[in-house]
Amino acid sequence: MAAPQFKVNFMGYRKPAAIMSIIIVLISLGSLAASGLEFGLDFTSGTSVRLSFAESAQLDEVGAQLEEAGYEDAVVVNFGSDREIRVLLPLDPNAEVATEAEQAALTGEAIAAYLQERSDTEITLQGSDYVSAKVGEELAEQGGLGMLVALGIIMVYIAVRFQFKFSVGAVTALAHDLIITLGIFSLSGMEFNLNTLAALLAIIGYSLNDTIVVSDRIRENFRMLRKTEPIDTVNISLNQTLGRTLITSFTTLLVLFSILLIGGESTQGFAIALIIGVIVGTYSSIYVASNVIILMNVTREDLLIPVKEGAEADSVP
Amino acid sequence: MLNRYPAWKNILVLLAVALGILYSVPNLYPDDEALQVTHESRELVQPDLDNITTALEAAQSRALSSELNDSGILLRFDTVEEQLRAKTAIEEALTDDFIVALNLAPTTPGWMQAIGAGKMNLGLDLQGGVHFLMEVDIEAAVTGRMEDNLSNVRSILRELRIRTRGLNMIDYSHIEVRFASANDRSRARSELIDNFPDLQFQNREAGDVFILDLRMTEDTQLQIQRDTLQANRTTLLNRVDALGVAEPTVQQQGSNRIVVELPGVQDPAQAIRILQRIATLEFHLEAALGAPRSSFETYDYVAPEGVFPVNVDNDVILQGDRISNVRPSLDQNGLPQVQISLDAQGGNQINRVTRDNVGRMMDILLIETRSRTNLVIDENGQEVEDVEFYEDRRLISHARINSALGRQFVITGLTQREAMDLSLLISSGSLAAPMTIVEQSVIGPTMGRENLEQGIRGVQIAAILVVVFMLFYYRVFGLAANVALIMNIVLIFAVLSSVLPATLTLPGIVGIVLTVGMAVDANVLIFTRIKEELRNGLPPQQAISAGYDRAFTTILDANLTTFLVAVVLFTIGTGPVKGFSVTLMIGIITSMFTAIVGTRALVNLIYGGRRDLRSLSIGILPIKPAGGKG
Repeated sequence: MAAPQFKVNFMGYRKPAAIMSIIIVLISLGSLAASGLEFGLDFTSGTSVRLSFAESAQLDEVGAQLEEAGYEDAVVVNFGSDREIRVLLPLDPNAEVATEAEQAALTGEAIAAYLQERSDTEITLQGSDYVSAKVGEELAEQGGLGMLVALGIIMVYIAVRFQFKFSVGAVTALAHDLIITLGIFSLSGMEFNLNTLAALLAIIGYSLNDTIVVSDRIRENFRMLRKTEPIDTVNISLNQTLGRTLITSFTTLLVLFSILLIGGESTQGFAIALIIGVIVGTYSSIYVASNVIILMNVTREDLLIPVKEGAEADSVP
Repeated sequence: MLNRYPAWKNILVLLAVALGILYSVPNLYPDDEALQVTHESRELVQPDLDNITTALEAAQSRALSSELNDSGILLRFDTVEEQLRAKTAIEEALTDDFIVALNLAPTTPGWMQAIGAGKMNLGLDLQGGVHFLMEVDIEAAVTGRMEDNLSNVRSILRELRIRTRGLNMIDYSHIEVRFASANDRSRARSELIDNFPDLQFQNREAGDVFILDLRMTEDTQLQIQRDTLQANRTTLLNRVDALGVAEPTVQQQGSNRIVVELPGVQDPAQAIRILQRIATLEFHLEAALGAPRSSFETYDYVAPEGVFPVNVDNDVILQGDRISNVRPSLDQNGLPQVQISLDAQGGNQINRVTRDNVGRMMDILLIETRSRTNLVIDENGQEVEDVEFYEDRRLISHARINSALGRQFVITGLTQREAMDLSLLISSGSLAAPMTIVEQSVIGPTMGRENLEQGIRGVQIAAILVVVFMLFYYRVFGLAANVALIMNIVLIFAVLSSVLPATLTLPGIVGIVLTVGMAVDANVLIFTRIKEELRNGLPPQQAISAGYDRAFTTILDANLTTFLVAVVLFTIGTGPVKGFSVTLMIGIITSMFTAIVGTRALVNLIYGGRRDLRSLSIGILPIKPAGGKG
C-alpha cells in the first residue's frame, strides 16, 4: 500500500494549521481578557421606566423617538394595558451619579420629558427603577460548572467508546471552537445575550457531532488498514468524510442564513454566533481534533477491539 | 438479497406518523385574544354578562363571542388592540371586586382537548404572560431578627441569673437592657458580646440606671437585606415551580423588590392566589396560667374536635427563617408526622427554651400579609385606589413539648391530611420576610407574536431550501430524507405540545430550526456510505443494507455524545439553558428515529422488494480515488 489513497493531503498542512489555530485562539483570549464581551440587557443591570399615556401608546413611535434621543438600546413593551408602557435601558457606565437608583430616576425623568415634548397626549412617569440582571452570577456559575461537567462526561464517554487520545482531541476541538466564537463576539463588539448563549450550547453539540463522525471513521480505518501509517490513515478518513462534512455544514448554513435574513432582529445574534461556530467547527473537526490525535501518537493498537477471538474487526455491527 | 422491514417496524413507523400528526395539529389553531372576568368572592351570573355587554356597546367594542362558564365570563376578541380597549371599558363599568384578566382562549375542537392534544406553551417572549412586582418588607426581616435577639438575650441573662430592670426594643434595630448596677451590666456585656457578634454594644447611664445598648450594625442590616431578598427569591422560585411554569423569571429589582414573570400562564388569577400566600412563621410557648394579660395574645385554634381559644406568649422562640427543611412523613409505627429541621442557631434557640418547658404547649403562628384595594377620595375630590396591607395571624399548630427539642424534631398526633397541610403551611412560612404584590399586569402578546411569526417564517424558508437541496443532490433518497425531515418537525411539535408540555421560547424555536439543518446529517452519513459501497462495487441491495449498518455506529456515537451534553445542561442549567436542552434532546431522539427507521422504511418500500435492482437514484457517485483497494 505505497500509493496514498486520498485526494487532499489534509495532514500535510497540519503544522501551519496548528500555528494558525493557536494564533487565533490567543488573539481571542487576548480580546476576551482585554475588552470582554458586550453583554446585553439579559446579563447586565439596567433601568426600567414605566410610563402611562392618556391615550393608547404607539410603541413604534416611542421606540423611534427614543432612538432619536440617543437611547439606541431601549426596549419598549406594552405593560398591562394599551396605555402603559415599560422602557428597558442598559445602565450608562459613564454617568456621573452616585447610585444606580439615582441614575434610574434621572433617566426616567429625561425620557418622560423628551417624549412629552413630542406628543400631544399627556404622559405620566409611573416610576423608574434599577433592574438587576435577569441572569446573574447564578447562571454564570451554573453555566461554568455545566461546561466542566459536560466536558468531563464527554471525555469519559469518548475514552470508553474510542480511546483516551480521542477524548483529548474532541475536547480540544470543542474548546477551540467556543473560544474562537466568543473571541469574534468580543472583537466585533456584537451583543452577547441569552440567544447567543443558546447558540454557544448548540455549537457544543454541532462541533462534537462533527468531531465524532471523523473520529469514528479514523477508528474504523485504523482497524481495517493494517499497514498504513497513522498519518495516512487519518488523511484517508478525512477524505472519506469530507463529502458528508461539507454537505452537512452546507445544509446547516443554509438554515442559519435564512434565519439571519428572515428570522427578525431577535434571532440575529443566534444566527451569527452559529454561523461562526459551524465554520470554525467544520475546520476544527478536520484540523484540530485530528491534529491532536496525531500529535499524541495514536497507533493501531490503541483501537483494536480488546477480545474478539482474534477475528478481524473490519465490520462493526 | 432483499431489503424488507418486518411488519411491526412498518406499523411502528405508521403509528408514530399518525400520532405525531394528531398531536401536533392543535398548533395550527390560532388562539383567540380573550378576557376572563371573575369576581373575588361570588360566582358570576347572567346580569353581570349583560352589564359587560352594555359597557362594550357603549365603548363601541365588539366581542367575537361571550360565554358564561364555571370559571367566570370568557370574552373572545379579534385583535389585541380590541382586547385591551375592551378591558379598559369593562374595568370602568364594573366595581373593583371584579377581576378582568387578559387571557388566550384555545380554539381547538373539544375532542382534541379530550385526548390531551393541546397547543405548545409559548414563553413570555413569544406570547406574553403574567408579570408581578413584589415588594419585600426588609424592615420586618430586621425587626424579626432583633426580636429573635431580644428573646435570646433574655434567656441568656436568665440562665446566668443576672437581674435586669427591663429589656426593650427601642426601634427595629436597637435594643436596650437596663441594669441596677454597673457590675451586673459588665458581667452581662462580657457574656453577651461573644454570643452576638452582629451587634454593637454601648454603655449608657440614665440616673441610677445602667443601660446597655445593643444595635445592629449597618453591615449586618445590609447582609440581612441581601439574604432576605435571596431567600424570598428562592422561595418564590419554588412556589412558581409549583405552578408548573417552565421558564419563569424571578428577578431582583432595586434593593427590596422582586419581579416575577410567568409566561404561558393561562389563569393569572390562580397565580396570584398562590403567590399571594406570602407568609412568615413564629414559634411561641403557650402563656403560663396566670401570666399578665400584656404578655400574651389569644388566638382561635381550629382542632378536629372544635375551635378553642389559646393564649400565646409574646416571646418568639424561633422565626421561620431558621427552618431549613420541613416535610410530612411516617414514624416507625406508620403514624403521620411532620418533620422539621432547623439550622444550628435555630436548634440552640429551641433547645434552650424547650428543655426547661417540657410538658408545656408550643404554638406555631403563620403570619400572612395580604393587600386589599379601597376607594378613597383624594385632595382633589376624586376617587382613587388605595392599597392597604394587613396582617393575618393564624395559629396553625398547638402541640405538647414532650422532650427538649433540638435541630431535628417532629410534630405528631396528626392525621395524614393534617400532616400534609401543616407541612405545606410551615414551608410557606419559611420565607425570611413578608412580601406584597405592588404591581401586577399581563404582558400583551404583540411583540411576542412578531417574534413568533418571524421565527416560523425562518423555519419555513429554511425547510424549503434544505428540501430542495436534498432532492437535487440525492434524488429518490433525498425524497425519503425530506419526508423524514418533515416527520421530524411534526414529531418535535407533537412531543413539545402534548407529551412534555414544555414552554417554547425563542432559543427553543431556533433550536428546532437548527435540528432541521442538523437532522439531515444522519441521512447524509447514510447516503454517502451507500454511495461509497456502490462505488466499491457492491450490488444496490447490499449497498443499501451495508450503508445503513455502517453509518449506524457513527450516528449513534455522535448523537449519544450530544445527548449526554444536553442531559448535563438540563440537570445543571435553569431557564433558557434548560429550555434549549429539552428541544435538543427531543430533536436528537426524533431525528434518529425518522432519519434511520423512517427513511429505511421508505427506501425498503421503494427499492427493497426488487430482485432485479441494477441502480439506485442517489445522485452522482464520488470519484474513485487513485490506487488502493478503495
